[in-house]
Amino acid sequence: MVQDLIDELGRLPGVGPKSAQRIAFHLLSTDPTDVRRLAGVLMEVKDRVRFCVTCGNVAEEEQCRICRDPRRDLTVLCVVEESKDVIAIERTREFRGRYHVLGGAISPIEGIGPDELRIRELMQRLADDTVTEVILATDPNLEGEATATYLTRMLRPLGLRVTRLASGLPVGGDLEYADEVTLGRAFEGRRSVDD
Amino acid sequence: MHVSQLSLTDFRSYESADIDLAAGVSAFIGPNGQGKTNLVEAIDYVATHSSHRVATDQPLVRAGAARSIVRTTVLRADRQAVIELEINPGGANRARLNRGAVVRTREVLGVLRTVMFSPHDLELVKGDPGGRRRFLDALLVQRLPRFAAVRSDYDRALRQRNSLLKSAGGRAVGRGSEAAMATLDVWDAQLARAGAELLAGRLELVADLAPHVTSNYADVAQATPRADGGNEAALAYTAVIPLPRAGVDRTALADALLAEMARMRTAELDRGVSLVGPHRDDLLLTLGAMPARGYASHGESWSFALALRLAAFELLRADGDDPVLILDDVFAELDDLRRDRLASVVAKTEQVLVTAAVAADVPADLVTHHYAVREGLVSRG
Ligand SMILES: Nc1ncnc2c1ncn2[C@@H]1O[C@H](COP(=O)(O)OP(=O)(O)OP(=O)(O)O)[C@@H](O)[C@H]1O
Ligand SMILES: [Mg+2]
Ligand SMILES: [Zn+2]
Repeated sequence: MVQDLIDELGRLPGVGPKSAQRIAFHLLSTDPTDVRRLAGVLMEVKDRVRFCVTCGNVAEEEQCRICRDPRRDLTVLCVVEESKDVIAIERTREFRGRYHVLGGAISPIEGIGPDELRIRELMQRLADDTVTEVILATDPNLEGEATATYLTRMLRPLGLRVTRLASGLPVGGDLEYADEVTLGRAFEGRRSVDD
Repeated sequence: MHVSQLSLTDFRSYESADIDLAAGVSAFIGPNGQGKTNLVEAIDYVATHSSHRVATDQPLVRAGAARSIVRTTVLRADRQAVIELEINPGGANRARLNRGAVVRTREVLGVLRTVMFSPHDLELVKGDPGGRRRFLDALLVQRLPRFAAVRSDYDRALRQRNSLLKSAGGRAVGRGSEAAMATLDVWDAQLARAGAELLAGRLELVADLAPHVTSNYADVAQATPRADGGNEAALAYTAVIPLPRAGVDRTALADALLAEMARMRTAELDRGVSLVGPHRDDLLLTLGAMPARGYASHGESWSFALALRLAAFELLRADGDDPVLILDDVFAELDDLRRDRLASVVAKTEQVLVTAAVAADVPADLVTHHYAVREGLVSRG
């Protein structure tokens, strides 16, 4: 039983065998009402939170908070890998457009190609000419760059302005770990991509 | 520069060790298998993040332990730096500089520089291209630490691309599908970009290194002058792409890599691996008109190996600070002439660490500090 719990916890991202063990034994010694509350929240998010039908961000309704917000600029679309990148960019308050969450980056090692990402949905969103600028905000690492290059080639024939965040982000890193000031500056200094 | 302190925890045979070191020539003497090489290997690892003996990190961790910690205090022009490396074979290594917060291991590269001579060096001349590429890249990173990131980007792009080639080539129906080919184009671009950077670095390095190799070989091998003068040692980089005759323009190199990938695409899809790029290149060593590999005598090969290391040492020293010179078991392998040549370099270097099984193997007048190594205990004598 306890081993099952340790195994389940160990499957979570960022939780190694040692931490899994520590969390498991912590839960065993915790007050039952606290554990029940945690279990309740886990079930509730799983039931209530879904993915926005428009952008792929986490949402509590059919559309996420941002897609439902009428004040957002419909002409600019920011493409990110994960929902957590949306949170990081929202923190900077630099961006007033809307998002498109791909669900990852191209990585053949992990079996992720364009078909495994929400690229078809992106092309559909761009079909009606409302969007005039697409900002590619994939991670500044090899897979993020490859994804941005792929998208640039897909988007170029559409005649939109395609921009990439300015350099200055920690190279090889994750967008979510960039601090707000750096990320904000990268937005302001974004440049059109030629390739 | 020199190392003034070495601390080991669970590194190789050492459960724990603290050793004070000093500038000058330190000799570590003891019977076989007592832990002499383990000591100098630890110092070299801090400088290069790799071992001269093994390709993986697992053997560096003491049997039964989960990780090793190597800490060195480095003195450069009276400035002190403490580098701590945690070696985790199961996961990522961690580094700490001057007891501060954990930093990426790459960020401590370049603080300590070493050049190690060992009996394995003969492989540089006689062995496979992989050993020569490792020699070049390790020297490149010591000289310009930013190449550690270039190297790791290149390796990652290569793994991604190989993975794609394997799946795209294997799937008979999907093969050549537009989506797969478009993705391959993207990885071609990534590989070409990182590859051009690495290639440019290597080409510049070889151009700088070559004259030092020629002069050091002439010096080390002077016992055997040849009437025809046909035994000059030379160094040339051989690439799978045609190299531009002059200069190393990164854009031109990337274009050349892309063109060759396009030409080889069918073959690459058939084989499921990348056939184009610096991971397939070699360093051609020649003596006169003949390649050293397969033609040079045993003694000539040794001279060449020594010349390569001496050249690396001179190149790093030219930046203004002596790297730490490590001589693992080499004196015993050399004849008198090569011994003398090496001894003359040793005498002029800020810090030299020498290992030998018996004291008689090391020229006695050179040594300033004696250490006895026995059953993992290092004592000053
Ligand atoms: N990961 C490890 N855990 C425990 N012991 C190890 C480990 N790796 C190597 N050893 C031990 O360390 C010893 C080798 O030490 P080292 O290579 O430093 O010897 P040496 O003193 O240089 O000998 P020689 O004179 O033969 O070169 C061996 O006895 C080996 O079993
Ligand atoms: Mg040894
Ligand atoms: Zn949405």
